[in-house]
Amino acid sequence: MRRAFVSLAMPVTLAILVATAQPTLAAEPDPADWSAMLDQARGEHVFFHAWGGAPAINDYIAWVGDEVAARYGITLTHVRLSDTAEAVSRVVAEKAAGRTENGSVDLIWVNGENFASLKRQGLLIADNWADRLPNHALVDTEANPALKFDFTVPVDGQESPWGLAQLTFYADTARVPELPATLEALAEFVAANPGRFTYAAPPNFIGTTFLKQVLYGLIDDPEILTRNVAEADFDAVTAPLWAYLERLRPDLWRSGRVYATDTTHLKTLLADAEIDIAMTFNPAEASSSIRMAELPPTVRSFVLDYGSLGNAHFVTIPFNASARAAAMVVADFLLSPLAQARKADEMIWGDPTVLALDRLTPADRALFDTLERGPATLSTVELGPTLREPDPSWIEPLEAEWARRFLAGTSP
Amino acid sequence: MLLRLVPVVILTILIGPVLAGLAGIVAPALGYLPVLGGEQVTLHWFDQAAMAPGFARSAWISYWTGLATSAISLVLVVLFLAGWWGTRWFARLASATAPLFAVPHAAVAIGLAFLIAPSGWLVRLVSPWATGFAQPPDWLIVNDPAGFALLAGLVIKEIPFLLLMTLSALPQSDAPRRIRAARSLGYGRVWGWLSTVFPSVYAQIRLPVYAVVAYATSVVDVAIILGPTAPPPLAVQILRWQYDPDLTLRFTAAAGAMLQLAVTGGALVTWWLGERAVAALGRSILTRGWRLPRDRALRLASLGGIGASALLVIGGVVVLALWSVAGLWQFPDALPDMLTFKHWMRHAGMIGHPTLTAVQIGLTSAAIAVLLVLGAVENAYRRGITPTQRVLALLYIPLIVPQISFLFGLILLVLRAGIDGTFWAVVVAHLVFVIPYVYLALADPYAAFDGRYLSVARSLGKSPARAFFTIRLPMMLRAILTAFAFGFAISIAQYLPTLMIGAGRLPTVTTEAVALAAGGDRRVLGAFALIQSALPIVAFVAAAWIPAILYRRRRALRGAGAWT
Repeated sequence: MRRAFVSLAMPVTLAILVATAQPTLAAEPDPADWSAMLDQARGEHVFFHAWGGAPAINDYIAWVGDEVAARYGITLTHVRLSDTAEAVSRVVAEKAAGRTENGSVDLIWVNGENFASLKRQGLLIADNWADRLPNHALVDTEANPALKFDFTVPVDGQESPWGLAQLTFYADTARVPELPATLEALAEFVAANPGRFTYAAPPNFIGTTFLKQVLYGLIDDPEILTRNVAEADFDAVTAPLWAYLERLRPDLWRSGRVYATDTTHLKTLLADAEIDIAMTFNPAEASSSIRMAELPPTVRSFVLDYGSLGNAHFVTIPFNASARAAAMVVADFLLSPLAQARKADEMIWGDPTVLALDRLTPADRALFDTLERGPATLSTVELGPTLREPDPSWIEPLEAEWARRFLAGTSP
Repeated sequence: MLLRLVPVVILTILIGPVLAGLAGIVAPALGYLPVLGGEQVTLHWFDQAAMAPGFARSAWISYWTGLATSAISLVLVVLFLAGWWGTRWFARLASATAPLFAVPHAAVAIGLAFLIAPSGWLVRLVSPWATGFAQPPDWLIVNDPAGFALLAGLVIKEIPFLLLMTLSALPQSDAPRRIRAARSLGYGRVWGWLSTVFPSVYAQIRLPVYAVVAYATSVVDVAIILGPTAPPPLAVQILRWQYDPDLTLRFTAAAGAMLQLAVTGGALVTWWLGERAVAALGRSILTRGWRLPRDRALRLASLGGIGASALLVIGGVVVLALWSVAGLWQFPDALPDMLTFKHWMRHAGMIGHPTLTAVQIGLTSAAIAVLLVLGAVENAYRRGITPTQRVLALLYIPLIVPQISFLFGLILLVLRAGIDGTFWAVVVAHLVFVIPYVYLALADPYAAFDGRYLSVARSLGKSPARAFFTIRLPMMLRAILTAFAFGFAISIAQYLPTLMIGAGRLPTVTTEAVALAAGGDRRVLGAFALIQSALPIVAFVAAAWIPAILYRRRRALRGAGAWT
């Protein structure tokens, strides 16, 4: 029985492994000729791989699907992921399997390191398509450098902007009457309220961002962070950061023996009253959570007084996408004032727009002017300045040093 | 003739993907994956994985929680059977516990986490009036660095599985007569059972137990929810590498997956040595003539253990159900401030289609698995073959090789074949995991079937096929339907194979539930977890009711199943 299996199964397995689709190149759709693009897009099916953890965002993407179906005859399927890396894995696997066309991923919601990796490995459409989308003219790249440099990696038109994010803290004012505005005030709060604060463990995105935020607040000359880490004395520059985190550690939630996993976990901990202060990238998160009865109505947002790290998120198209034209049309629709205004609406999602409002027609602008801000959402002025992301070369050493100091069973 | 091919087909389906998947992971583990610039064979990535901060601890957590899970759940199940088999308590508790097998791992873990956390339901029930807690205490219970919460979650999830397996092995163990003999010689109830029945039961459930060891050393979903985070169990660490935006960590992940294989292998070897030690101990007690008649404490402990574990699972499901209709629910409120169906209404449109897809895939793969397994066992019966442990071990390969170690390679295979995103590719991927369980559920009842019925039919001139269809099939309907329900439950629970092989074309209730779990809203999660648990439970209930209705005039056939 076993021998029979081996003799039969192995050749079959090997034959399948060896068989490889031969690459051929399809005509590249050109955003410059938009009407031809729309013709090509009609009838195509776009598989949009995007994080599916938030019902509000899922609903918004479903709305986009309805709109692009009605306007352009495009079918949009939201492939709901628990992690963007699943889509990245898939594209890597497809390239490894030699599938250079008819890929299963047409559009990915992406930013930061995932984009940097996809770009570096040549897994994206190479030409500068995003800058040539009609609605790209409305994008406010001057006010938001993060739209040209995604975590300082040049975007080069290989991904199209979708929304903005800014590190925002929030707390239940019923438990924290005085919201800390400086790092010193935060440290004093933690010392006075043992077990009521934590952050996410790097390399989780918001955990690493918290390290960078603290680092910005503690060094004299932040300019060094915009250069490659090789040019700096890493230990000397980051020493105040580690001292600050060590100072927090004994009074952290669970005495710093465990950390939160991500923004979601932080919110759940705050909702369960296990901690008093949480953080997020979405400035409207606190308000929308109050409306969804996830958080009590006494929750308010705040930022630290020296500015907050901000970044942007994008959509991108893999090199082997099947429905390129339609994916570009969807990316363009996501930039339309209608779609951006709806996205910025806290009742829908509450994600800040990437458009320059002064470039919109009065009618389009009115879409934004009528939006209401929730009770826990800070105004643009209150949100304060956006800090520029450090050069990406800093991320890996920061994460490694944090792991060395705070992981691996080291406890106070 | 066709029947003879069935075992070959089964083993091809089971082992082909695993071997191909392992092949697909060995290359990147050795640094070869040209897409990511890996063109030289090197052991560098094994160093990278093993030198990562906390690696030794990660491996140790996986190893010890895996072994302890298997040992504790097996001991509890066996003592429960030994101490209570044949009693009213046994019938009640066993029939309450066995269906809990259908509750998905992640739902059990999330339910347990919310029960036992310092801000969880148990503390809320007694706060602040008894404890004085206006805020949850800062106790490290869930995600404790040593892994006890993970251990608890795995134990309460594995008990129903082992109980089902043991119950199906009992009819072949001649238990009533052996126990009568032991009791009449003055042996205690528990020790009498252990010394006369257990050896033959264990021989039958050994491979399922190995599957538990392997699963518990490499589990991902439960470990993410309940396990240590810094550092996490090895399989979770591998997943982090696999999902890291830095794509060179894919090599580290591949090397880590090979090391996971070693950790799981090490745990299995340890278990195997433990088997020897336990057997030697048992023999020495027997040769000394100890009869151990006083076992009341042991009996009560096992009853308490099984009862508590069932309560924790049920309590978790109840809590998830509550969350799915909860408004604002703050600490220390024992109940939400209001109940609302708006989460259900909101997701009604999103639930229907994925549920249908999951049911279609589940029914198809369970049906194919049942047909193939029936073919295999009938073939073995007709040719008078008793499958050796080695052949059976092959069946278990997909359950014993950690999923995380071969899935990436399997995806490459499917992509090269160009069949990703198709219904049938997903069904085949599910079959890899469904077939072993269906076989588990069906093989023993099949062997236990009284062959004299078939001999009578043959002596009356009926063909083997006729005897199979008119005698065996109707008489074994209940066992067959239960095996089907098993397969269906396994298929419903598949996440990574469905997502990766399905290429997002075939969203199921499970892929949707896991995606939404990433958002952490317990209300949404509760709704999806309930549906995800309800589907297999419906299948198990149907498996019990269909024979009862069909055979309502035939008393002996109604109860003809192992899981009453």
